[in-house]
Amino acid sequence: MDSSITSEELHSSRHEHTHDEEGNKMFGFIVFLLSETFIFLGFFTGYIVYKTTNPDWLPPGVSGLEIKDPAINTVVLVSSSLVIYLAERALLRHDLMKFRQFLLLSIAMGTYFLVGQAIEWSHLSFGFTTGVFGGMFYLLTGFHGLHVLTGILLQIIVFGRSFIPGNYDTGHFGINATSLFWHFVDVIWIVLFFLIYIWQ
Amino acid sequence: MTNISVKDISNTSKTPEYHPATDWKRYFSFSTDHKVIGIQYIVTAFILFLVGGIFAMILRGELITPESDLVDRSVYNALFTMHGTVMLFGWTFPILTGFANYLVPLMIGARDMAFPRLNAVAFWMIPIAALLLMASFFVPGGPAQAGWWSYPPVSLQNPTGNLINGQVIWLLAVAISGVSSIMGAINFVTTIVKMRAPGMTFFRMPIFVWNVMSAQIIQLFGLPVLTAGAVMLLLDLTVGTSFFDPAKGGDPVLFQHFFWFYSHPAVYVIILPVFGIFSEIFPVFARKPLFGYKIVAISSLLIAGVSAIVWVHHLYVSGTPAWMRLFFMLTTMFVSVPTGIKVFAWTATIWGGKLRFDTPMLFALGALILFVFAGITGITLSSVPIDVHVNNTYYVVGHFHYVLYGTVTMGMFAAIYFWFPKMTGRMYYEGLGKLHFWLSFIGANLNFFPMHPLGLQGMLRRVSSYAPEYEMWNIIASIGAFMLGVSILPFILNMIGSWMNDKPAPKNPWRAIGLEWLVSSPPPVENFEEIPVVVGEPYGYGKSEALVENR
Repeated sequence: MDSSITSEELHSSRHEHTHDEEGNKMFGFIVFLLSETFIFLGFFTGYIVYKTTNPDWLPPGVSGLEIKDPAINTVVLVSSSLVIYLAERALLRHDLMKFRQFLLLSIAMGTYFLVGQAIEWSHLSFGFTTGVFGGMFYLLTGFHGLHVLTGILLQIIVFGRSFIPGNYDTGHFGINATSLFWHFVDVIWIVLFFLIYIWQ
Repeated sequence: MTNISVKDISNTSKTPEYHPATDWKRYFSFSTDHKVIGIQYIVTAFILFLVGGIFAMILRGELITPESDLVDRSVYNALFTMHGTVMLFGWTFPILTGFANYLVPLMIGARDMAFPRLNAVAFWMIPIAALLLMASFFVPGGPAQAGWWSYPPVSLQNPTGNLINGQVIWLLAVAISGVSSIMGAINFVTTIVKMRAPGMTFFRMPIFVWNVMSAQIIQLFGLPVLTAGAVMLLLDLTVGTSFFDPAKGGDPVLFQHFFWFYSHPAVYVIILPVFGIFSEIFPVFARKPLFGYKIVAISSLLIAGVSAIVWVHHLYVSGTPAWMRLFFMLTTMFVSVPTGIKVFAWTATIWGGKLRFDTPMLFALGALILFVFAGITGITLSSVPIDVHVNNTYYVVGHFHYVLYGTVTMGMFAAIYFWFPKMTGRMYYEGLGKLHFWLSFIGANLNFFPMHPLGLQGMLRRVSSYAPEYEMWNIIASIGAFMLGVSILPFILNMIGSWMNDKPAPKNPWRAIGLEWLVSSPPPVENFEEIPVVVGEPYGYGKSEALVENR
C-alpha cells in the first residue's frame, strides 16, 4: 500500500538522519577547506597588490628567485597527490599493505618538499623583515609550509590508525579528509608557485 | 496505519530520558547540549554587554562637558576601543550565536548540532578571549587605543616598546573569537544542510534558520580574510615586518581593505539573525502568515552575496580612485533592495493583522522603526559626496548605533522575551518588560538621534573634548545613554525574578507555529521524543494546516 511505503521511506531517511555522522564530518570538512581557501586568497591578493603597486619590489641586491629547485619540489609535491589517491583506491580494495606503502611514499614526498623548502630558505640573501617582498615571500611559503606539515602529520596519524583492528568498520573519513586536505595543499602550492616564482 | 508503524520504529529502548535537565551546574560545565551551550553564550554575551555598557557610560559621562575632564585622554581612547570591541565581539556575535545554537536544531527538528563537541569548544573560547581582552587593562600602557578597527600606523605605534602590549593582546583576543566563529559557522552550515527532519525542505525552514545560514556563509568567506590581515598586522607589530608600515614601504590602506572586507559584511552577520527574529515574531503577534516567505528567504542569501562587494564604502577618503568609489556606491545602495523587500514584507505581515502588543512584539516593532531610520541614514552615507562630508564624524556613529543598538540589541531583547518561556519554562513579568521597552526605545532615540546633527555640524568621533557649541546635543545624548543604562535594571530584575518564580510557562504561550513550540518548556535533553515529520509550511497562521504529521 502506498502509505506503508511512505513510512518505510521515512524510516530509512530518519535512520540516515541520525547515523550519517561520516557524511556530516566530510561536509563540515569541505566547508572548512572552502573557508581556509579565503585566507590564502587574502594573502594572494595582498601579494598581487604589493607587487603591482610597489616601484621597488625586489630589495636591493636581490635580482630574483632561483626557479630550478623549487620546480623540482613542485613536481614532487604535486605527484604526491596522485600517490595518496592510489592509497585511497588501495584501501577501497581492502589492500592494506598497498595502502600503507602508498601512504608512506606520499609522506616521504611531502617531507622531501619541506626539506627542500628549508634548504632554499637557508640560502636566500633576504630575510622576513627585508621589506614587503621579504615579508610576503616568507609569509606565503611559510604559511603554506605549515599546511604541508599539517598534511604530513595527518598522514602519519592515518598510517598509525591503519594498524588498529576494525578501524575502517565505520567508514573512511580520516583518510578521505586527509587526502582532500593534501590535494588542497597542492592546488594552493601551484597558485603560489606561479605567483612567486614564474611571475617575477 | 502509517502512523502506527512510524511510532513503533522510533519507540526503541535506547531513547534517553525525556525530561528537561534542571541542574544549574551544567551551565558551568563542558556540556555538549546545544541548549545549554546556547544559554551559556547568551549569558556570557549579556555579562559582556554590561561591561561594554559601563565603558559607554564613562564615555558619555566624559562628553557631557566640552572639556576633557573626567578621564585621561589615553584612557578615553582605550575605553572607546574596548567599548566597540566588547560590544561587537563580546555581545552581538556571541548572543546571536547563542540564539542560533539554541533554536536552529529545535527549529529544523534535530536532536543537536552536527558537531556537539566542536560546539562546546567554540563556546569556551569566548570567555577566554574576553578574559584576555580584559587582562590588557593590567599590562603596561593599558589596552589597545587604536579604535575597534585598529588601523595602522596608529595601531603599530607601541609606545611602551613591550612585546606584550594592549594591541597585541587585542589582536590575539580577536583571533580567538574569530576561530570560534569559524568553528561555529562550519557547525551551523553542516547542521542546517544535513540535519533537517524528514519533510523539512529548505523552503519549509523558518526564516530565522535561513538567516542564520546566510549569516554563517558570510563568516566563512569574510573572517579568513580579516584573519589574513590580522596575521600580517601581528607580524608587523611583533616580528618587525613592514606590510602595513608606510615608513618601511608598507601599505596601510591595504589593511583597511582586509579589515572592511570582513567587518562590513560582519554587520550583516549580526543583523541577518535579527531579521530572522523579526520574521518569527511579527506573524505570531499579528496572527497572519509571513508575507512573501520565499522572497524574504532568498533576499537573505542576496544580502549575504552583495555583502562581499560593498566594503570600499568605508574607504571613500582613503585615496580610493573615482571609478571604485562609484562602483561601491552603487553596490552599497543595492543592499537596500533586498533589505527593503524584507521591511515591506514585515509591514505587509502586520498590515490588517490582529495585533497583540506583548513585550516581544513591542521590542520588534520598536527595533523595526529604528532600523528604517538607520537604513535611511545608511543610504545617505553610501553616497560619496555626503560621506566625504560626514566621514569620521558623529553622523556615522549615530547611524551605526541605530543599527547596533536600535535594531540589533532591541531585536535581541525581543528574542529574549519571546523565547524566555521556552528556554526557562517560566513566564516573565509583562509590566517590567514594557517598562524596559519604553526606557530603551526613548533612551536609544535620545542617545543616538543627537549624533546626527552633531555629525552634520562637524563634530569628530573619538575625541574627548569638543567645541562648546556642540554641548546641548551632547547633554541630550548623555541623558539618553544613562536612560539606556537604567533600562537594563528592570530587565535584570525581570529575568532573575521570573527564573526564580515557580509559575511554569506553558509549552506554547504565544500560540506560535514552529517545531520548537511542540516540545515542552524547557525542551527535553534531546529535544524530540521522536523526530517530527514535517508536512506543512511555516507561518501557517489563520490556516488550518498541520505543521507535522499527526501521530
